Amino acid sequence: MDNAIIQLNGLTKRFPVGSGYFTALSDIDLSFSKGEFAGLVGPSGSGKTTLLNIIGSLDVPSVGEATVLNHSIAGLNQKQAANLRNHHIGFIFQTYNLLPVYTVYENVEFALLLQKMSATERRKAVMQALEWVGLTDKEKSRPSMLSGGECQRVAIARSMVKKPEIVLADEPTANLDSKNSHHILQTMQKLNDELGVTFIFSTHDEKVMQYLKRKISLADGRVVADELAILSQ
Amino acid sequence: MVAFKLAYKNLIGAGLRTWLNVSVLSLAFVMTIFYNGMIDGWNRQGRNDTQDWEIANGQYWHPEYDRLDVFSIKDSHQPLSAELQQQVSDGWLVPQFIQQASIYPQGRMQSVLLKGIPHDQTILKIPTAPLKTDGDELKAIIGKRMAESTHLKVGDQVLIRWRDKNGTFDALELTIVSVFQCDVPGIDNGQIYIDYDRMQEMMGLENNASLLVTAAEEPRAISGWSFKDTDFLLADLDKMIESKKGGGIVLQGVLLLIALLAIFDTQVLSIFRRQKEIGTYIALGLTRSQVVGIFTIEGGAHSILAALVGAAYGIPFFLYLDTVGLSFGSVDVGVTIAETIYPYYSLGLILSTMLLVVVSATIVSYLPARRIAKMNPTEALKGKIQ
Repeated sequence: MDNAIIQLNGLTKRFPVGSGYFTALSDIDLSFSKGEFAGLVGPSGSGKTTLLNIIGSLDVPSVGEATVLNHSIAGLNQKQAANLRNHHIGFIFQTYNLLPVYTVYENVEFALLLQKMSATERRKAVMQALEWVGLTDKEKSRPSMLSGGECQRVAIARSMVKKPEIVLADEPTANLDSKNSHHILQTMQKLNDELGVTFIFSTHDEKVMQYLKRKISLADGRVVADELAILSQ
Repeated sequence: MVAFKLAYKNLIGAGLRTWLNVSVLSLAFVMTIFYNGMIDGWNRQGRNDTQDWEIANGQYWHPEYDRLDVFSIKDSHQPLSAELQQQVSDGWLVPQFIQQASIYPQGRMQSVLLKGIPHDQTILKIPTAPLKTDGDELKAIIGKRMAESTHLKVGDQVLIRWRDKNGTFDALELTIVSVFQCDVPGIDNGQIYIDYDRMQEMMGLENNASLLVTAAEEPRAISGWSFKDTDFLLADLDKMIESKKGGGIVLQGVLLLIALLAIFDTQVLSIFRRQKEIGTYIALGLTRSQVVGIFTIEGGAHSILAALVGAAYGIPFFLYLDTVGLSFGSVDVGVTIAETIYPYYSLGLILSTMLLVVVSATIVSYLPARRIAKMNPTEALKGKIQ
């Protein structure tokens, strides 16, 4: 794919287990274009999260090549990888991973603090991100005062505030009820449509699958299917 | 700045655990300043008192004079040159003529140092004015310690016996005309002061002195006399202060160690409990060394909070002590010590204590935080203990 922002070629990931190795991903060849709304689908242990971690430069492939936004993941040092994550990649986690001592506003602002933006610019960007997820009235609340759905919306705002090219969402609806799951997914779908951000999910949640434009099925660390979905929404 | 802000938030967010650590650390902080302030206060008072009462800006000794050797005292005196006599008249020198003698209070014999000192001297604080002779009466003043040990008081008469220049014994009744109070045992214990002129008369010697106390800011050498500067004359006090400081370090060290252990423990616990948070920081774009920095600052910030908490209760306490002092009663440890010591808190003491606490707290915070640099962020995100 010419306009691919993520290119995975012959990617294999092995973890040492005892005296041997466990192969989590095996010979993965995939590419993602800008603006995709794709999902890595499969049962637990199929390698979804491992693949997201490599794309997110949190891990490196054992064999093969992972290129994200023209950066070879294996060739990045710690600082370069941190810089890539900070400027270009947003993360959304199953358990939200909000900083408990920070308010909603401060949680969303955190990523911008690392980018050394001015206070005025930060304020504008944070409020815009909170508006996207409909939480402007909760800016002073702490995560402990929010519901699960609200926490995940804060996490979405945090991942989106820096306007990244890629958002990686690892089981984003696993801890949410049906209503909140749909709300979250609709929010992300809207951001994908309006801002052209590439979303890659790891999920085995049927509700998420309904929203995916592309579904990549993994089993035992291998891609078993890669299909464009027929959207029901 | 982000690290400091985050450290502050996390510290306050940790609640009671933070305040317990901060309390112990602030106690170490305040105790260190208190103890060293007291020692420095003692040192300053001791040095000032010794200079005011005994040594001024230095002493010129007869070459054979040794204040610790009673056998050398008898012959350790020499006449003053005309130039020195002039300096005495001008108020730059105070001669002291020192000889051994015996007194017989309540029928007991007691060896004393008989010191002749001009009654009109103004360099030393010793209240010598009452020694002025008016008639045949031999007037003497003694210090409080001497009065207590001999049970002598103002108005008492006591027989004193001495040897004159020929070695002939002579004796007289002397009258205690004043008992002075001072904190310098070196001019008090076992000593009796009489007028310098009367002393010359009793010894059959003119213008002789064992030592000369100088008021000159920059004393110069005098031929035939051995100059002893204030450093030499205050060496005993300095040694005592040093030994007390050394003893204090143990107490302060134990307190600091307890506080640092608490911080270390908190850090270790934090790093194990907050794996997911560490993973999140890395996912948000911090490098592992930046996360190590956050945790180190967080641990080290205990010391900043401790300084603030310590200041909250320490400053009023120190100001109170500065006003009323700390009374130790009348103690005799062989060196100058006031009955009431007023602590002295120098900026250097406060800053060095602060530096010690901050640096040691930061080091013990860094040691466990180093583990973060070896963490696998993907495992950390799952909250797995590594």
